[in-house]
Amino acid sequence: MSAHFLTVEALKKVYPADGGQANPPVFEDIHFHIDKGEFVCIIGHSGCGKTTILNVLAGLEEASGGNVIMDGREVIGPSLDRGVVFQSHALMPWMTVLGNVAFAVKSKWPDWGKDKVTAHCTEYLEMVGLGHAIHKKPAELSGGMKQRVGIARAFAIQPKMLLLDEPFGALDALTRGTIQDELLKIVQATHQTVFMITHDVDEAILLADKIVLMSNGPHAKIAEIVEVTMPRSRTRAGIHHDPQYYKIRNHLVDFLVNRSKTYAGAEAEMFHDAKNPPVVQPGLEAERAPVVSLPAEKPAPQLKQVVNQ
Amino acid sequence: MIKAQTLKAAFISFMLFAVFLGAWQLATLPKDSTTLAAADAEYAALMGKGAEKTDGFPPPAKVGRAFVEYLSDPFYDKGPNDKGIGIQMAHSLARVGLGFLLAVIVALPLGFLIGMSPLLFQAFNPFIQVLKPISPLAWMPLALYSLKDSSISGIFVIFICSIWPMLINTAFGVAAVRRDWINVARTLEVNPLRKAFLVILPAAAPTILTGMRISMGIAWLVIVAAEMLVGGTGIGYFVWNEWNNLALPNVIFAVVMIGVVGMGLDMIFGALQKLVTYRE
Repeated sequence: MSAHFLTVEALKKVYPADGGQANPPVFEDIHFHIDKGEFVCIIGHSGCGKTTILNVLAGLEEASGGNVIMDGREVIGPSLDRGVVFQSHALMPWMTVLGNVAFAVKSKWPDWGKDKVTAHCTEYLEMVGLGHAIHKKPAELSGGMKQRVGIARAFAIQPKMLLLDEPFGALDALTRGTIQDELLKIVQATHQTVFMITHDVDEAILLADKIVLMSNGPHAKIAEIVEVTMPRSRTRAGIHHDPQYYKIRNHLVDFLVNRSKTYAGAEAEMFHDAKNPPVVQPGLEAERAPVVSLPAEKPAPQLKQVVNQ
Repeated sequence: MIKAQTLKAAFISFMLFAVFLGAWQLATLPKDSTTLAAADAEYAALMGKGAEKTDGFPPPAKVGRAFVEYLSDPFYDKGPNDKGIGIQMAHSLARVGLGFLLAVIVALPLGFLIGMSPLLFQAFNPFIQVLKPISPLAWMPLALYSLKDSSISGIFVIFICSIWPMLINTAFGVAAVRRDWINVARTLEVNPLRKAFLVILPAAAPTILTGMRISMGIAWLVIVAAEMLVGGTGIGYFVWNEWNNLALPNVIFAVVMIGVVGMGLDMIFGALQKLVTYRE
């Protein structure tokens, strides 16, 4: 039924309770899809289950309900088809930079010779600007360089999809900027399909085609999907000159500050259909009314009313 | 800077040693011979030993002579009760080495298993907790009875005393491997054997080596006592034999040797530990 590359249906996660009463689900009724070559960011407050969703996509964690279908097959465990970049870079400190990437490459192609593996790894390490540091140990690298190795490791296995769990969260602003630029370049060149968690609104606008906004947990849902309508050839230096930029940014910040808590409970359900979260294009808002693509028979959600209550 | 400190420390160590020797010398100065009872003097004359006293604690010079004597010919063998210190040490080291090796062979795989499975950890834990505090020498009668060989019993005692720290540290190290590293291996679909050797083992290696180092320390403590008990060969037996001969200089010499070899063993494991430790 799904023509999309990745489809997430009715995903739900409940953590087992310690005591007698059951815990409320962290999130439920999560429906979204990602097309091939798309860059999707997910934003939401802490505790809404973003990392859990990513772990489910990675196959590292099991959902309590719903399913994930990638490329026509259900995701039931970790796979080399999906490369993961961890928040804490997760490099093995006893291996060199090259060794870390080679470990991944050898896992994907066990019958490659040593020279071929080395050449392949070096190519990807050069891509992230670390050609000079391949024989160093992770401890000798700065935080930004370590994260680059993590990115090179994930790209080197040429996954069908890349999952990034707040990869730049622990970096200072300057380093973050340069790596964002690099990631942007690489993704534009490789047309990699990416799903990324971030807390940084600017980062999401710079990198994403679509931004999934999650309401607060427990009972977190997808509140909205924001399409970033700016041309794909963005740069960090020029993006804030685009007239759409601040409209999108304001929309996102407004959501995070004011609206993200208003999606829980029965009232919200009257206005909000979690199966088909509204798709909005705030960047084009001035030219026309908010573009809401919902099934024709459904009325457009009137979220402002919820806010006012 | 650091070199200067090392020099200073070496100087102070030397002074401490000199003070110690001086105090020792003073404490063992020959007592006034007039206090000797007449009967003793007569007895001594009868024995044909003149005024030489053998009953006092030996002064440093006498012990020094024992050092020179034994170290100048460490590998002689003149029958079961008179072997060079090198040969005795070699016997002890061989027992410790063999018992320790057996313990490694059992403790590492078992520790791995227990560390990987919380269920098994819980199941094994009561046994470990009960067996761990048993003095290894308490096993000796059982070992002698069932193994019927004193030398093998010594090895068994070393085995049983060195297994616990290794087992516990291996299990703990394996259980505490960072979740992130395991997850990396999982997303890369690394097969279990490769994961065990390339991820878990190096990650847990510093903890495992710490366990081995503790084990070796205990094994070296225990071998002396075990050899005193079973006799025959080894440094422990040497100490006991020289005590029976009332040859205190030789006992002191052996005690110092035990310390030196123990330090050497510890240094070897310290170096190994440094080798597998990783900086994050």
